[in-house]
Amino acid sequence: MSMKANTRQVDGIAIVDLSGRITLGEGSVILRDTVRDLVGKGNKKILLNLGEVNYIDSSGIGELVSAFTSVRNQGGELKLLNLTKKVHDLLQITKLYTVFDVKDDETAAIKSFK
Amino acid sequence: MAGKRVSLTLESTLDSVNSAEASATRFAAGAGFDEDEIARISMAVREATINAVLHGNAYDPAKKVGFVLERTRDAMVITITDQGQGLDPNKIPDPLAPENLLKQSGRGIFLIRAFMDEVQIRMLHPGTEIKLIKHVPGVAGDNKEASQ
Repeated sequence: MSMKANTRQVDGIAIVDLSGRITLGEGSVILRDTVRDLVGKGNKKILLNLGEVNYIDSSGIGELVSAFTSVRNQGGELKLLNLTKKVHDLLQITKLYTVFDVKDDETAAIKSFK
Repeated sequence: MAGKRVSLTLESTLDSVNSAEASATRFAAGAGFDEDEIARISMAVREATINAVLHGNAYDPAKKVGFVLERTRDAMVITITDQGQGLDPNKIPDPLAPENLLKQSGRGIFLIRAFMDEVQIRMLHPGTEIKLIKHVPGVAGDNKEASQ
């Protein structure tokens, strides 16, 4: 299953609903282009909804890290929402779980942005 | 299934990564691993093949990736070789080190080691061979001790 990314705006937060696989190639490129496009248009509060992401490889993890740092370097915030168990475990193993601000409720996640 | 062996020569392409992953998934299922272990084996194979295609052979169409799946008496063994510059196992940065934590790349070998029972990396001059071993639970001689 290839990756899909749909963006919606809620209370000034850009929420990106991702589904499929974030892996080397198409998935990573879609994520990179989506975040780059949002930042380019001035969005500084981005919430990546990973609830339908069933697989991620090291390239996908790298893209999440890159998205996080690029948004932060622009003075913004990027948070993660609804991790599946596989993605959660991978972020734990790689010690990135504490780097990202991870939420499991969309309403609370929206309110958490400054 | 003991004694089964599959040997393939793959092009240095992204399609090969997906093919190797799919082959490993089917082979691991046939070897009797449970769903979680199959997922770990498949991801380790994906990461090792990415290394061979991307970092080893650098997508060079003249260079091939060797891919061997074996079911021994007590383990599934996957051997992946490339024809690149060679990866020195003693010079792989720790992705968990604070200075590396936010780097975009460098987690592949770490994940492979996390998901397999044994990982052996050998420089071929030129190229690299990586051998991934997952022991079949409950088989006599089972050894869960991980190697470096």
